[in-house]
Amino acid sequence: MSIGTVPMKFKVSVDSEQCMACARCVENCSYGVFRMEDGVVRVSSRHCVACHRCLAMCPRDAISIESRPIDYRDHPLWTTGVKEAIFNQARTGKIIVGAMGNALPYPVIFDRLVLDACQVTNPSIDPLREPMELRTYIGKKPSHLDLRTKENGDVELMSTLVPNLKLETPIMIGHMSYGAISLNAQTSLAKAVSQIGTFMGTGEGGLHESLYPYQDNMIVQVASGRFGVNIDYLERGAAIEIKIGQGAKPGIGGHLPGEKVNKEVSVTRMIPEGSDAISPAPHHDIYSIEDLKQLVRSLKEATEWKKPVFVKIAAVHNSAAIAAGIARSSADAIVIDGFRGGTGAAPRVFRDHVGIPVEAAIASVDAKLRQQGIRNEVSVIASGGIRESADVAKIIALGADAVYIGTAALIALGCRVCGTCNRGVCAWGIATQRPDLVKRLDPEIGSNQVVNLIHGWTDELAELMGAAGINSIESLRGNRDRLRSYMLDEALMTVLDVKSVGA
Amino acid sequence: MCGIIGVIDRKRELMDGSSIKRALSKMDERGSGEGAGYVAYGVFPEFKNYYAIHVFFDNIHESKAAVDHLLSEWGIVVHDEEIPTSDHAKIRKIHTPWRYFFKPDATLMPRSTAPEEDIVAHIVMKVNTTMAGVLVFSSGKNIGVFKASGWPEDVAEFYKIHEYKGYIWLGHNRYPTNTPGWWGGAHPFNLLNWSVVHNGEITSYGTNRRYIESYGYHCTMFTDTEVVAYLVDLLVRKHGLSAEMAVKALAPPFWDEIDRMPEKARLLHTAIRLAYGPALMNGPFAIVVANEDSIVGFTDRIKLRPLVSGEYGNRLYISSEEAAIRTMEPDVENIMMPRAGSPIIGRLVV
Repeated sequence: MSIGTVPMKFKVSVDSEQCMACARCVENCSYGVFRMEDGVVRVSSRHCVACHRCLAMCPRDAISIESRPIDYRDHPLWTTGVKEAIFNQARTGKIIVGAMGNALPYPVIFDRLVLDACQVTNPSIDPLREPMELRTYIGKKPSHLDLRTKENGDVELMSTLVPNLKLETPIMIGHMSYGAISLNAQTSLAKAVSQIGTFMGTGEGGLHESLYPYQDNMIVQVASGRFGVNIDYLERGAAIEIKIGQGAKPGIGGHLPGEKVNKEVSVTRMIPEGSDAISPAPHHDIYSIEDLKQLVRSLKEATEWKKPVFVKIAAVHNSAAIAAGIARSSADAIVIDGFRGGTGAAPRVFRDHVGIPVEAAIASVDAKLRQQGIRNEVSVIASGGIRESADVAKIIALGADAVYIGTAALIALGCRVCGTCNRGVCAWGIATQRPDLVKRLDPEIGSNQVVNLIHGWTDELAELMGAAGINSIESLRGNRDRLRSYMLDEALMTVLDVKSVGA
Repeated sequence: MCGIIGVIDRKRELMDGSSIKRALSKMDERGSGEGAGYVAYGVFPEFKNYYAIHVFFDNIHESKAAVDHLLSEWGIVVHDEEIPTSDHAKIRKIHTPWRYFFKPDATLMPRSTAPEEDIVAHIVMKVNTTMAGVLVFSSGKNIGVFKASGWPEDVAEFYKIHEYKGYIWLGHNRYPTNTPGWWGGAHPFNLLNWSVVHNGEITSYGTNRRYIESYGYHCTMFTDTEVVAYLVDLLVRKHGLSAEMAVKALAPPFWDEIDRMPEKARLLHTAIRLAYGPALMNGPFAIVVANEDSIVGFTDRIKLRPLVSGEYGNRLYISSEEAAIRTMEPDVENIMMPRAGSPIIGRLVV
């Protein structure tokens, strides 16, 4: 008791004038904040994580949540987070686990980049009246074509194209496994990508049989734990992704707390019920780049060279050179996951301190591949911290072919980014396996919301491109001339290869 | 805006520069008097087997020795001279234009399949990226570019282009927004036997430039047009695409249209878009590209800049304005406006 009680993160209050004691809050809060006593709602604020489920369900707007009503003394170095981590570790002696993305206030590069628009010397293009092409092919492309003109003038294509994924928008949904998220959440995302004509990742959790109808729009993942992997799984995917690393926790493997491993998860993932699923930090058959090449080619061989194989790495200091190595491994696409990428569970120290922002990583990967003359032969997918359509436009202009979104798609399902996915009691039915919570998420409604989100972003992207006088996404890709930096330092501007505003 | 014009005589009959000067001047509405230029093919018959390297020197004494030395390292200069100009009241001679007739030593680039061309391209990139106060602006065989800052008629008189006879001519009347007044910024742009005149602005320039630079080209002229010459060089000379297919890569059909094509054509156009996506040129443009045996005119995919063609006898004309063509040939026939992305191609038939 030497540390004693620390200040509450949130203070919950119920306006008794408004409250009609319907107990919806009691029923909805999976963190145990509310209880009924003698017909009155009582609260235990200390349990609150600000997931807002109660606010959303209260018919009378009777609940209010205040952040940090009593805080520690302000200090620029010994912040609340730092002190609480120390209290926590002083009590437990353990590694602290958190969720969602990087929680430190690093500057956001996206917010220091602005896009261009046409005025006078060239006309902007109106996507309501002119064609606007966002179709994106992900996969290996030939460096040049062998075309023969026959005597009758017909041109014959002698080169063969390898399979590519055809996306109707450059927005995909990243890998969030069944286990980390609920089946209803995965089903919502799967229905959405099928409807839109894009793709989502299964994560390292296998493919539940109820998702087989959507398998043509799903990318299956092979990660270091090999959970859920067998030939049937590989053959069902539209593409296969080898996960080397993840932006939220570069250098370590995935972590699914045993609380979330129920029967269905255990069957799909092929692990015992209730066991922690902790993937090894490296793949134990990949100790070097040539081993990666073998795995890429083995997966292709196993699936008769019919499926593109992606390789995902966390954005780290040397991503550009690593990506150049991956590009030579027969991989069809490289996924670069920035340090803001979300997760269901990660050690806080990794989540907050390891890796680099996706903007800088994509810029250097694109530049390195170009220097080596192989950029167009492989696709580059950006993920980790893509929040809105402007981020999509900016990261494509920095050199990405397409993006994976994760957190944004979950927010479309109701997620409030409360950051407690690792506890497995998500009140929104997203990051939980508790049947009573999971059923709160209706896949019909959920998928509709995700479809709406991606449609909205796609339309905005089309408008941004039109304003820039561009009617095809490939002319935005790597077009850093259409970006300007606003108050980024010169070193970063060199990395991003962008000029300053006004220049 | 800018006004462009091109003509080819398919039987290789020579035309002097006086009529294209009149035609280009007809489009002064499209220019601003700050840049004009011409290119003619077939103008140096006595040196037709040599690369005619045209150079702007800011100062002869300062930089010519370095260029002489570079050329001597890579081959033999059989003749060089200051490009004849007339004193012209309206042209400020800020550069000294010079031309070398140069024979590269093919043995110096043994690994290349086209050593002479690769040597000349290398020299052009090297001079333009590393030597201050020097710009190579024309480097083909039997080809001369004549450009400066001024109205088309003044530039024509300055270079006395009526004294040159060519079977292909291109002309450009410039309304600059970038680099006004700089002679290097005037069109045509040339590399080896490729020349380009361009009206418009390439909104995909950043993508195109980075793509082409990954193949060893260097964009040095601070304008989007030079990238067209390099893209055509890459696609046609290095990758062996026909002019038609190169245009399909630079201004491809929309996916909607490709999706409706018969299977073979659909595969072909899909392959072109996949392989050459970064070469796709976006934004408003009308372009005429020439090499030693053809001219090709095409516009952007939604035709945001005008382009019209006409024929008379063996001659094919392509221009921004019908009026300009009619100035060159009042009896012109088959006036036609090509569809967006559809090339107009004129070839020698000798």
